Amino acid sequence: MERPKLIREDGLRHDGRRPDELRPTRITVGVLNKASGSALVEYGGTKVLAAVYGPREIPQKHLLLPDRAIIRCRYHMLSFSTHERKSPALSRREIELSKVIREALEPVVISETFPRTAIDVFIEVINADGGTRTAAVTAASLALADAGVPMRDLVVGVAVGKVDGVLVLDVDELEDMFGEADMPVAAAPSLGLVTLLQLNGVLTREEFDSALKLALRGASQIYEKSREALRDKYMKVRVEE
Amino acid sequence: MESQETHRALVVPGEAFAEGNYKVLTPSYVIRVNKKYVATVVGLAQVNEEAKEVSVIPLEGSYVPQPEDLVVGYVVGVGLTSWELDIRAPFSATLYAVDFLGRPVNPAKEDLSKYLAVGDTVLAKVEVFDRSRGPIVTTRGKGLGKVTRGTVVEISPVKVARVIGRKGSMHQLLEGETGCEVLVTRNGRILVNCPNKELEDVLAMAILKIEREAHIPGLTDRVKEFIIREKVRRGLIGGEAEAD
Repeated sequence: MERPKLIREDGLRHDGRRPDELRPTRITVGVLNKASGSALVEYGGTKVLAAVYGPREIPQKHLLLPDRAIIRCRYHMLSFSTHERKSPALSRREIELSKVIREALEPVVISETFPRTAIDVFIEVINADGGTRTAAVTAASLALADAGVPMRDLVVGVAVGKVDGVLVLDVDELEDMFGEADMPVAAAPSLGLVTLLQLNGVLTREEFDSALKLALRGASQIYEKSREALRDKYMKVRVEE
Repeated sequence: MESQETHRALVVPGEAFAEGNYKVLTPSYVIRVNKKYVATVVGLAQVNEEAKEVSVIPLEGSYVPQPEDLVVGYVVGVGLTSWELDIRAPFSATLYAVDFLGRPVNPAKEDLSKYLAVGDTVLAKVEVFDRSRGPIVTTRGKGLGKVTRGTVVEISPVKVARVIGRKGSMHQLLEGETGCEVLVTRNGRILVNCPNKELEDVLAMAILKIEREAHIPGLTDRVKEFIIREKVRRGLIGGEAEAD
């Protein structure tokens, strides 16, 4: 594939967004019946489903902790989520992402409430178009909230990238592939916590500072939408007459 | 419905809903961050300015056992001297054979599945639960023990309070309007005994309606109307005149 022009003449990105603009975001909470909690999050073409089971007892007692619940997280991409069929087995990348997503959630979950139990978080990427790990964090934290697991705050994820020398918010697959840098960030805005920060590529110190600021600004926009989605589940219940 | 001093709002985790000094009535669902009171679950926050009290009633969540809670459990395991019950808590509950049978058992001579087999339903009371061990339930008490008749309607444990209602008003309404026996347990399994299948259906639909619309005011009136309408539709009563 030939390298496309990522920043157009008019300063907009290849899909017509401003550099600091998010993709259209759609968030729905409580989409599954059998799970304790669930959420479907879409950042543009990226579509991620998260389901939470528990807190519950598990047969693998050796994993449990005496003072708090453990969180087990599985990030998985469906075989049809990418251009070329992905093997459904967990890849090295998926195992690593499961770990970083779990670590992004752990600081906000009040796990001491349920000692000796496990909270299972299953994340399925239905369609991948860049920023799947950040969408996964958002979906997972909403699914946890939907399951009624006590949390100090919601965590939302968003990625910042550098393409053609310009810092851009919420990178898609094309910008990720041909950009100079990609920095996924997950934050708990009300607490002022950053719970996930990765950086692929090279940024100067100044660029990093403004990239983080940009990410946090994007995160608070998604945070507002997440709160709204959680409320919507109840606001949209109509009284049957 | 409430005094003017109480404010209610739908809150989500991380949302601050009060600032200052208040007494927290539901410590599991409220944390304090920088003098602000922050909800930890999706729920209804209540701020009582007069009594200086705050609380959050969760709208989601699992059942957390408390001693003295009445629960309906399903037998999921039969041990040598005890049964394992699923009571919808994060932990499975233990029911000791000594407690259930009222006499010591000799595991060499007796097989406990004779008395309670996997899949059986038990009405029990939580005896102890201290988080360092799983809950232990007892069947000693009036009406407790194996459930042999009736139907279980499952709702979310956090919505149980609404099925009971203020001072039991909703519970009275459900029993009065349908003529069924309704036993509401803390883990959200409602035991119903009805004179016939039609009434059981109406009652179950009414209970599920309460679960769905628990957070919308005016519930009792809507449920009453709903039951009467369903009864008329099914020809159980002639019309409005017989409703009361």
